Amino acid sequence: MATAVRETAPERSASRPRHRGWWRWFTDNIVLLIGIAVLVYTFVPIGYVIALSFSKPSGRAASAEFETFTWDNWTTVCEPDGLCESLQLSFAVSLVATVVATLLGTLMAFALVRHSFRGRAASNLLIFLPMATPEVVMGSSLLAMFVSLGFNGALGFITIVIAHILFCLSFVVVTVKARLAGMDSRLEQAAMDLYANEWQTFRLVTLPLAMPGIVAGALLAFSLSFDDFIITNFTSGQSQTFPLYVYGSKLKGFPAQLFVIGTLMFVVSLLLVVIVELWRRRRPT
Amino acid sequence: MAQSDGEQRSGAPRDLHLTEVSKRFGDFVAVDDLTLTVPEGAFFALLGPSGCGKTTTLRMVAGLEDPTAGTVSIGAEDITGLKPYKRPVNTVFQSYALFPHLTIFENIAFGLRRRGVKDVKRQTDDMLRLVQLEQYGGRKPAQLSGGQQQRVALGRALINEPGVLLLDEPLGALDLKLRRQMQLELKRIQTEIGITFVHVTHDQEEAMTMADTIAVMNSGVIEQMGAPTELYENPRTTFVANFLGQSNLVSTDVVDSSGSTVIVDCHGQKVGVDESRSHTDQGKGWLGIRPEKIFASQRDSEDLEDGNQLTGGVVSDVSFVGVSTQYLVRMPWGQELMVFEQNTGQRQSFKSGDEVDLAWSPQHSFLLDADQDAAAGAVREDVG
Ligand SMILES: Nc1ncnc2c1ncn2[C@@H]1O[C@H](COP(=O)(O)OP(=O)(O)OP(=O)(O)O)[C@@H](O)[C@H]1O
Ligand SMILES: [Mg+2]
Repeated sequence: MATAVRETAPERSASRPRHRGWWRWFTDNIVLLIGIAVLVYTFVPIGYVIALSFSKPSGRAASAEFETFTWDNWTTVCEPDGLCESLQLSFAVSLVATVVATLLGTLMAFALVRHSFRGRAASNLLIFLPMATPEVVMGSSLLAMFVSLGFNGALGFITIVIAHILFCLSFVVVTVKARLAGMDSRLEQAAMDLYANEWQTFRLVTLPLAMPGIVAGALLAFSLSFDDFIITNFTSGQSQTFPLYVYGSKLKGFPAQLFVIGTLMFVVSLLLVVIVELWRRRRPT
Repeated sequence: MAQSDGEQRSGAPRDLHLTEVSKRFGDFVAVDDLTLTVPEGAFFALLGPSGCGKTTTLRMVAGLEDPTAGTVSIGAEDITGLKPYKRPVNTVFQSYALFPHLTIFENIAFGLRRRGVKDVKRQTDDMLRLVQLEQYGGRKPAQLSGGQQQRVALGRALINEPGVLLLDEPLGALDLKLRRQMQLELKRIQTEIGITFVHVTHDQEEAMTMADTIAVMNSGVIEQMGAPTELYENPRTTFVANFLGQSNLVSTDVVDSSGSTVIVDCHGQKVGVDESRSHTDQGKGWLGIRPEKIFASQRDSEDLEDGNQLTGGVVSDVSFVGVSTQYLVRMPWGQELMVFEQNTGQRQSFKSGDEVDLAWSPQHSFLLDADQDAAAGAVREDVG
């Protein structure tokens, strides 16, 4: 390799003969090197979390260094006060918010793509607003609104869910809309031509074809809702979702079990991604 | 439900009627006051250039587009307002529109399943065999070639044995060989099952070989409708004359239209046209002659045929295409006429610069209204 290069570009190799070899190797592999660096950069914190989940804490709170290996954190996940309760609340909130936002968002996407009505262009634009609004602004205005509606004492599950549906909705609409816009409406016409009535056409053709978009929208909504902190902080009252719990324990010191939860969440989302990818590959388009 | 025409089929003929049908998209008129009847069991071809409204017409028959005006009916039943799934009509879409998430088998079985037919498996297997896709039943449409997809689209519609089958350029994506094969196959199926076929194409050869009746469509209106030979031999408009095959159109003045042969003056030379083929009887007119109907012979030679003659031509271009030799002959008034001579070996061949006279019989030409553009529907701009 190196000799061949020297023959074809003699003047350059003559001027810098000593750097030739490694420089050449470096330019050839720079993309790969950067890629590896980025991967390391992304995975170090995750690796750290996984490692710490097996570390025996010296005091009540976990220390920042790995000390001795232990399974204890994994067997006593629910021991720290309020940890599992906050997880439960987070799951409940995210599930309800995801289901409702996915349903409403899908319907809305259909309306925006398939039907023409007055104000469609405006709706298309307005749907981006919740995404563009800073979360602190939306959170504080939601709080003001809930208070003026008399929710003051009752801030909690209901208000969190309402807030989460609100900001998840636009993401679902945008995701499903993209899928629908790329769909050939002639497929539905073909179904109707082949004796499927409106409902059968929707069930047998439209829905299966829109499904990847709907699933993507739902996953997005779930993950957005699950780790939302800012808006939740404004609308939660006394309730504590998982992100709020983590933030709260930052002041007292993290219980080591947090890292177990972190590891579990990482594994679950990894599995989900793999499953979705496999499912996607099984079906063309 | 969809096959409720079963009992009616024995009674009154289930002809397809379009009556004064128009379709506007905003200001644009895609189909303009169209009236036509397709007899039950006919193979009807809708022929026309791109954008002339063929697909729009089919979509109105299928119920996928609402006519702006007019009615569509099958037999005595008005189906204008009927939902697509209530019509005894199936479509082979120009874009196939196969369901990408279903297997080939399920694509073809779709209509049967919706109608609750019993032996779906057997009928679908039969259809897969008919369109030569037996081993592909388990695949998805994306895993088939364009031609194979087209055959699935065909099978998916055919299997329902509808009263009327609409085919929107169903053979467009096939290579020539497969195309010819499918043309024969389609024709065979049509004769066998006796379904009414409305076949859209812009391939004139396909229309002429397959159809009983051809309608030539141009910018939303039907220019002429009739049997293939009728349209070819006796076109009524310059558009049809140029769109179906090729025509020489020469500017003439009508001299005498009283007899059974109309006499016209063609730049000083008098020629005759059968009255049945004259579509104008005074003033100016376009004299139309098909290139293959003209015999060329050497200037002032003995073997100039009887009948119409135009003398004083000079061969300006010769191209040999195997079955025939195609000449361009420059006439004294400057126009170049196309002359195709069969390579029978009997006729003399010419080279560029040769002086020739042209002859043809009066029943082999036609006379058209001079108000039309002589180049309408022509592929080449050599008429003038
Ligand atoms: N939904 C629509 N909105 C506006 N114009 C349309 C619409 N559908 C068709 N047209 C117009 O109507 C005309 C006829 O279209 P159509 O699809 O019937 O043509 P076609 O004869 O099938 O052409 P091709 O041979 O290219 O398929 C075209 O000029 C087209 O642009
Ligand atoms: Mg078309």
